[in-house]
Amino acid sequence: MEKNVIIELKNVSKHFGQTYAVEDFNLYVKKGEFITFLGPSGCGKTTTLRMIAGFELPTGGEILLNGKDITDLPPYKRPVNTVFQKYALFPHMDVYENVAFGLKLKKVSDGAKMRKLTNAEIDKKVKNALKIVDLEEYENRDISTLSGGQQQRIAIARAIVNEPEILLLDEPLGALDLKMRKDMQLELKEMHKKLGITFIYVTHDQEEALTLSDTVVVMKDGMIQQIGTPEDIYNEPNNAFVANFIGESNIYSATMTGEKKVRFINHVFDCVDEFPKNEKVDVVIRPEDVHITGEDQGMAKGKIVSKIFKGIHYEYIMMVGRNELVIVDTRNLEIDKTYGFDIEPDGIHIMKKELTANIYDDAYIDKNNRVVISESAFECDITSLVPGSTVDEEGYVVGPDGVRYDFTDADVKAEIGLKDIDILDDEQSGTVSGEIVSIIYKGDHYQLTIRTPQDEDFVLDTEYTYDENDLVGLSVKSEKIKLKLKGEAKKYAKK
Amino acid sequence: MSKKKFSLTAFLCRFYVYILLLIMYAPIILLIVYSFTDTKIIGNWNGFTFRLYESLFHDSEIMQAFKNTFAVAISSAIVSTLLGTLGAIGIFYSKRKAKAVMEGISNIPVMNAEIVTALSLTILFVSIGAAFNFTTLLIGHVVLTIPFVVLSVRPKLMQMDPNIYEAALDLGATPKKALWSVIVPEILPGVFSGFILSITLSLDDYIITAFTRNTAYQTLSTYVYGVTSKRGTLPPSLRALTTVITLIALAILIIVNIKSGEKENK
Repeated sequence: MEKNVIIELKNVSKHFGQTYAVEDFNLYVKKGEFITFLGPSGCGKTTTLRMIAGFELPTGGEILLNGKDITDLPPYKRPVNTVFQKYALFPHMDVYENVAFGLKLKKVSDGAKMRKLTNAEIDKKVKNALKIVDLEEYENRDISTLSGGQQQRIAIARAIVNEPEILLLDEPLGALDLKMRKDMQLELKEMHKKLGITFIYVTHDQEEALTLSDTVVVMKDGMIQQIGTPEDIYNEPNNAFVANFIGESNIYSATMTGEKKVRFINHVFDCVDEFPKNEKVDVVIRPEDVHITGEDQGMAKGKIVSKIFKGIHYEYIMMVGRNELVIVDTRNLEIDKTYGFDIEPDGIHIMKKELTANIYDDAYIDKNNRVVISESAFECDITSLVPGSTVDEEGYVVGPDGVRYDFTDADVKAEIGLKDIDILDDEQSGTVSGEIVSIIYKGDHYQLTIRTPQDEDFVLDTEYTYDENDLVGLSVKSEKIKLKLKGEAKKYAKK
Repeated sequence: MSKKKFSLTAFLCRFYVYILLLIMYAPIILLIVYSFTDTKIIGNWNGFTFRLYESLFHDSEIMQAFKNTFAVAISSAIVSTLLGTLGAIGIFYSKRKAKAVMEGISNIPVMNAEIVTALSLTILFVSIGAAFNFTTLLIGHVVLTIPFVVLSVRPKLMQMDPNIYEAALDLGATPKKALWSVIVPEILPGVFSGFILSITLSLDDYIITAFTRNTAYQTLSTYVYGVTSKRGTLPPSLRALTTVITLIALAILIIVNIKSGEKENK
């Protein structure tokens, strides 16, 4: 382990009842780093911060501070301090008392003994902290007389006065208006430089994250999507979610058509990323990486359908066939006119396609209440189409309100998780059989794609080794098939 | 239409309020007025005198009842304020399900008929073989007033920034220290009004007092009930007594209003 790591989270997870707020979180933070947890609300970023502060205990994994396990240490014994989103100042105390609160409780080592800070020491530290946040004259003011920005500064002063090893900031600028937020961002960055404390910052504002941080941790659904410098996150997003969340971008499904050649929006482009031929991928193109040319000069062409003036540039939407392409350009171009465009090879960023489940959009229910996928009928839980329903002796679904439904030939969307398909060596014994067309090693398991004679693909994860072109059988447990009815259940109600 | 017209509706509205106030306060005013004359029957005026007050303060039985009443009111208010405040904080920080259940349970005694509470307490005390004394009376009054303390502390907790407790822990305060230095000062107005409410509820309580006291222990309410039911008429000195009680209640009310006014102006 690197020496200058201050805090390390190992396999940390937190679940509330059945739901996971944070799952298998692994991260180390270097001393003096400004690290930001970025993600939409409910992604687990605040929960992770609260686990570092000690307000929540992880349900799994451990947190190490300077190599020591602090997982179960209560907050008042951790050398970290928090700046809360809504400041959480103590309203019955004045500014000075708020800032001095932590110092009055602090014990310092004085030779062999531990002693409290003297009033003179406290006074000096409080004044110094207030100076750092530029509120020297406010010592005796009541909290309620301060503006939001001033309260936030006091909250920061109250935290940094304790000289914590790590300062945790939970969306500290969320309640401020735009102008003030921009000013405070710069000040926070300055403060971080001056104090040399490790900052862990939580925000849902991608611009703020890019502006402030040395390292950004992008989170979604309790899981880390990417860790990297702001430049990495912006230029080399790991997946479509990160690309979409960070800045404006065009994201397309694409197919590799050859050596550094990728096909999307019905054109083949050169790119710099190497992926196997025929692999399905996602591509990201930032609007500033598309260069508009004369109608017949570019690699491809399209018609401009929308134009918005954004100050230093225009934002255009170009229709390329049936796809929209967002472009920014400083030139004033004509709307409803066809232009050509170029995309430089290094402007095309290719990402592995994240497959989370097999989704079959054209499945239907047969008369035996089975779901038909690729001409094969799978046993399924038909009652999941109507919450709280049962199946009667005649095979009709009976809703909790007594209404009977006949779902024969109903169109459904079926979803089967990658881990929920059982693979059988004997091709005859499964519900469906097919040929293994691709095997990708994913570190600890293989991801197989099995193609049926009807050209339907089933993707599954397995620990066992198979060879390409093997014929195998597949089966799925009935409860593992998630069904979603197209249209309303009412349509199938029996009169 | 600039002239002010006589409006029947406006007159009736005002008239209604005056009538209402009159009905509410006339009996008290009547007693107060006749506390300054020493006739046997209300209605006869015998000249202005403080004689009733003199006899009131020289009546050792009444003075003992007076002291007893305040002894039980203040001690039960202190106990319920302490327990009720801690209870309200505990309920507030409970998990959602437990919180809903406990909030509901703590409200039942408020809704419940006092006679039921009184009877069940008596049955409880008898069944465990407890002798009726000051302790049983105190328990009875605490049971009566605790839910009101919880009810008056709860809104203060809800107004409070929920993060300040965590902020105090974060700055190095132990949970106990955080409770005393951060939460208690925030909810103090609610605790105070809970305390006052407990005193006033306890002062005029008859039912629970009658069931849980030792029969030798007279409070004002049991004394008044005792003498009026025995003699059938109102002893004149009681007029002075009611006046004194009214003045005390008024004083408490004024103190509470001034206190809460100070808070708002801050």
